[in-house]
Amino acid sequence: MARYSAFSILRNALSGQKNWQRAWRAAEPKPSYDVIVIGGGGHGLATAFYLAENHGIRNVAVLEKGYVGGGNVGRNTTVIRSNYLLDGNTQFYEFSMKLWEGMSRALNFNVMFSQRGQLVTAHSADQLDGFSHRANVMRLNGIDADILDREDVRRLVPYLDFSDTARFPIHGAIFQGRAGTARHDAVAWGYARAADGHAVDIIQNCEVTGFLRDRDSIVGVETTKGRIGAGKVGLAVAGHTSVLGVKAGLELPIESHVLQAFVTEPLKPLVDHVVAYGADHFYVSQSDKGGLVFGGNLDGYNSYAQRGNLGVVREVAEAAIALMPCISRVRLLRHWGGVMDMTPDASPIICPTPIDGLYLNGGWCYGGFKATPASGWCFAHTIATGKPHPLVAAYGLDRFRTGHTLDEAGAGPSAWLQ
Amino acid sequence: MLRIECPCCGPRDHDEFRYGGDASVTRPAHDDPDPEAWYRYVYIRTNPAGQHREFWQHVTGCRQWMVVERDTRNHAIASVDFARKSTVRKQRA
Repeated sequence: MARYSAFSILRNALSGQKNWQRAWRAAEPKPSYDVIVIGGGGHGLATAFYLAENHGIRNVAVLEKGYVGGGNVGRNTTVIRSNYLLDGNTQFYEFSMKLWEGMSRALNFNVMFSQRGQLVTAHSADQLDGFSHRANVMRLNGIDADILDREDVRRLVPYLDFSDTARFPIHGAIFQGRAGTARHDAVAWGYARAADGHAVDIIQNCEVTGFLRDRDSIVGVETTKGRIGAGKVGLAVAGHTSVLGVKAGLELPIESHVLQAFVTEPLKPLVDHVVAYGADHFYVSQSDKGGLVFGGNLDGYNSYAQRGNLGVVREVAEAAIALMPCISRVRLLRHWGGVMDMTPDASPIICPTPIDGLYLNGGWCYGGFKATPASGWCFAHTIATGKPHPLVAAYGLDRFRTGHTLDEAGAGPSAWLQ
Repeated sequence: MLRIECPCCGPRDHDEFRYGGDASVTRPAHDDPDPEAWYRYVYIRTNPAGQHREFWQHVTGCRQWMVVERDTRNHAIASVDFARKSTVRKQRA
């Protein structure tokens, strides 16, 4: 694999851009692998990369039913932050943030990680107290966090509604300066290329239709490209976790729901940070092309359709205008949906399963993108050693049975309300 | 948008309804001491990609709870029925 560098750009420019190599091989399946990772999204590709990089397991295949980057890794709003309150989440997401900070160098691929800072507005004294609690937890864990008052927020983001008629006046905000965004496609491509550099086979258009068993153990998969044997199988299929889980015989605390995302026509630079609205569910950043990228709530009923309904478009637009009246005339360019595997506590699941040979990485709800590197790192560890990585010890499937849920929002066990 | 054919009020936009989740799970008896039964009731879902029986309440209409059978892949609604089939009034003895 040729390294990307300023020199390689120059050399290829001089030879008419005709000598670039494919970023990864178009692999066809071998009869068997040490590890098969199902799902060629960010988490699956990162898992394959870290299996090879950290654990020396190179006889690995990633099976993707569509194309790399066609699922949720290419459908999210690209926000990266580590401002979590609960033990287990706080440390895991900060570990992820540290991996993001070194990702472009580690993968030799520019993922355009931009630490532009993220703020969540507070709209009452009580809400700001809650944010102070969160900021203190973050600081005690060595994570940067600041509490801003109303005037600080006005200086930072003057385009929000600070008028006397604001529906929910802004009292302040919690701010994390190291938070930001990354180019989500580049993350998938970067991990695919780096995994391929470790001889991992990335097999696209290869849907897993069933599992091969030897007594109670899973020893491979049936796919649209035939049977493939495997020492271990890892599931990293996001919204379709239940579909494959049922085939494997897993009972899961997961419901699939659609989350929509939106982008407007390109504007001149306006939103320099990631801004989240504390009075409703709305968050926005501005892409390098100038489009405002934003999202809101789930559609609210079980769905495997990668499209949403117009009622939510209206709700999100209302929240947007309540926070940022200046964008009321901006036109929507596109909106799309992704299928989220929602858990009852909105926290993910990374663990060995009760079925021998099968490992689970799922339940990422609407927060999987920021976790991509740490998820891959810890899932690779879990597969390689057969035991959960210490950072994902709280993400076991058993926590629902034992009552150790991680309900960050305190929304209770209805997945569609998380 | 979904259009739900309310047995009381006729075809209505789903925005008038509140979603109530999977209707195929059954609540254990109130005094059931088995934590496993409660765990399964509260958390475990089949989450099918296909026909799904689910609760909706017509909150801005007749306020009745419905059981809707819907395909989660394309939102085609196969049936709508009252969750409580009929309220049989007990006759005074």
